[in-house]
Amino acid sequence: MSRPAARPAVDLSVQLGRLRLLNPVMPASGTFAEGLDKVMDFGRLGAVVLKTVTREVRNGNPLPRIIERPQGLINAIGIPSKGIPHFLSNVLPYYRGYSTPLVASISAPTVDGFAALAAELSVAGVSAIEANISCPNIEEDGKAFAMSAEATARVTRSLRSATDLPLWLKLTPNTGAIAEIAASAEAAGADALVVANTILSMAIDVNTFKPCLGNIMGGLSGPAIKPIILRQVFQCAKVVNIPIIACGGISSAEDAVEYMLAGASAVQVGTATFLQPAAITTIIDGLEAFCMRREIPRVTDLIGGVITEEADEADVAWLGPES
Amino acid sequence: MRGSAIIPLPRRDVAVPRVPAEDATAPNSTWRPTIVAEAGEVIRHEAVNAEYRHIVVACGPEAAAARPGQFFQLLCPQPPGEQPFLRRPMSVYGVDADAGTVEFLYKITGAGTRGLATLRVGDRLDVMGPLGVGFHLDPTWKQIVTVGRGAGLATLAPLIEAARANGTNVTAVVSARRLDLLVRSSRFPSHGVDVVEVTDEEQTSGPANVERILRRSIAEGRCDALFTCGSSRLLRVLQRLAVEFNLPGQVALEQQMACGIGLCYCCVRDFNVDGQIVSRRVCWDGPVFDIREALP
Repeated sequence: MSRPAARPAVDLSVQLGRLRLLNPVMPASGTFAEGLDKVMDFGRLGAVVLKTVTREVRNGNPLPRIIERPQGLINAIGIPSKGIPHFLSNVLPYYRGYSTPLVASISAPTVDGFAALAAELSVAGVSAIEANISCPNIEEDGKAFAMSAEATARVTRSLRSATDLPLWLKLTPNTGAIAEIAASAEAAGADALVVANTILSMAIDVNTFKPCLGNIMGGLSGPAIKPIILRQVFQCAKVVNIPIIACGGISSAEDAVEYMLAGASAVQVGTATFLQPAAITTIIDGLEAFCMRREIPRVTDLIGGVITEEADEADVAWLGPES
Repeated sequence: MRGSAIIPLPRRDVAVPRVPAEDATAPNSTWRPTIVAEAGEVIRHEAVNAEYRHIVVACGPEAAAARPGQFFQLLCPQPPGEQPFLRRPMSVYGVDADAGTVEFLYKITGAGTRGLATLRVGDRLDVMGPLGVGFHLDPTWKQIVTVGRGAGLATLAPLIEAARANGTNVTAVVSARRLDLLVRSSRFPSHGVDVVEVTDEEQTSGPANVERILRRSIAEGRCDALFTCGSSRLLRVLQRLAVEFNLPGQVALEQQMACGIGLCYCCVRDFNVDGQIVSRRVCWDGPVFDIREALP
């Protein structure tokens, strides 16, 4: 069979609503910056997701901001941000040099604040808006928007009316009702969901009796949280029809496959980059190798492929052990 | 599109090419990494005194291009009963571009360095770098003064080598708790380096005595620039002298790090830039900074 030499062996491309990505792997917000262009070719990434930007200049939390735990780390960085003018005049122009879709992550303390920020960032060079609604909502005593279906719906509706760009809602795993909140975001107009964020955590130094973090509490990330977030992706995928972008402890191609089988259309890699700076491109290569090995022509064939009921043996033969 | 419905599985008769097409990677074929994580073989690993160990690791050309003051993030093996998760930053002690090696000098202080100490010659160590902004050496400087204490001596050693390679003479003030803990670098060139050892046990390492030594160098016209690493007290002394005599100076700072490459904003410190307090990342904007801007 002849085929054009330019066609990749495995079709790694994925469709996230209106947005088509070269492959399903992208960085998680807050774990990506210009410096990584010395480590990997940004042109290879499915998308670039930038550190969360806020309207105002923020200094971030007191130190220490990170503490390592077995198989993970707790961070309380506090979203230091140089503000919107700096983002528009310095950050955005840098990334315009790359053809990779750029996702701007935003955070605000109010519904109107979110909408205004989304409107201001709906400019050339931004391919999608990721709303980090895991942050405190000052209109509800600091309770994060994504902790309630109502607040999620309210902020999503407001964002939806403020931007025509693809709108991703980044949910928090710190709720007992993530599927309900996912459904509420979809109903209110979200184009995709990022599931999820760090898990609220704490660590205490037994020598000093003091909390290990300047902010006392922080968010746990890394392989330690993968089984929990995987379960949440699975639960959300059951109730929504918009694409889910999984984010939680992915450090290998197999982790990405696991999330896609649970229902994710794409994945974000964060903490793994701290250990292996080229983790994202390694995972892209690994995903292609996995699909080739298992004779899966399109990576999208993995989405939601987890087998939870008895299936026809003929259909699952290719999923068996490798020969 | 998802939910309980099982996605149609690819049929076995679909032709799947087994070899990736040539263009499967690298939309930008001219791109090359300058920071690399690689598992290099341990060539040497030995104790230099009761506290410090010296490790030499084989590396590729990117790592071997490290400049004095830059650092690497080491993925330390897990020591028994401990699970260090993050990499550990360590400044370059030496680099040999021809041999393809990078060297580190370290003291066992925690889980990471305990793991590092378990490595034997022939084992592999994952080194990521070179990272950060190193020292700037002006070739017109005739004589510089370095002041290092503890592990800071390791950071300053390659600077001293580079200065000598430029034909710049060095007064190296080396400070430690005890004489037997002084890092007497075998890498110090034998000519053009005036080593002044000061210790706590001899009561010569206090800021007042170090200041006397530095004032003498300055008075004798043997100090075109000041460099320091490893002590906040000594940094204050150097800052005062840099201002008083209008001398350029640089300091290599330490801070707890996570990513090491400017992503996470874990290692920020405040700096005084023309009277304004600004926050900078030690890993990316430094670890070497202008001595006047650093806040001890």
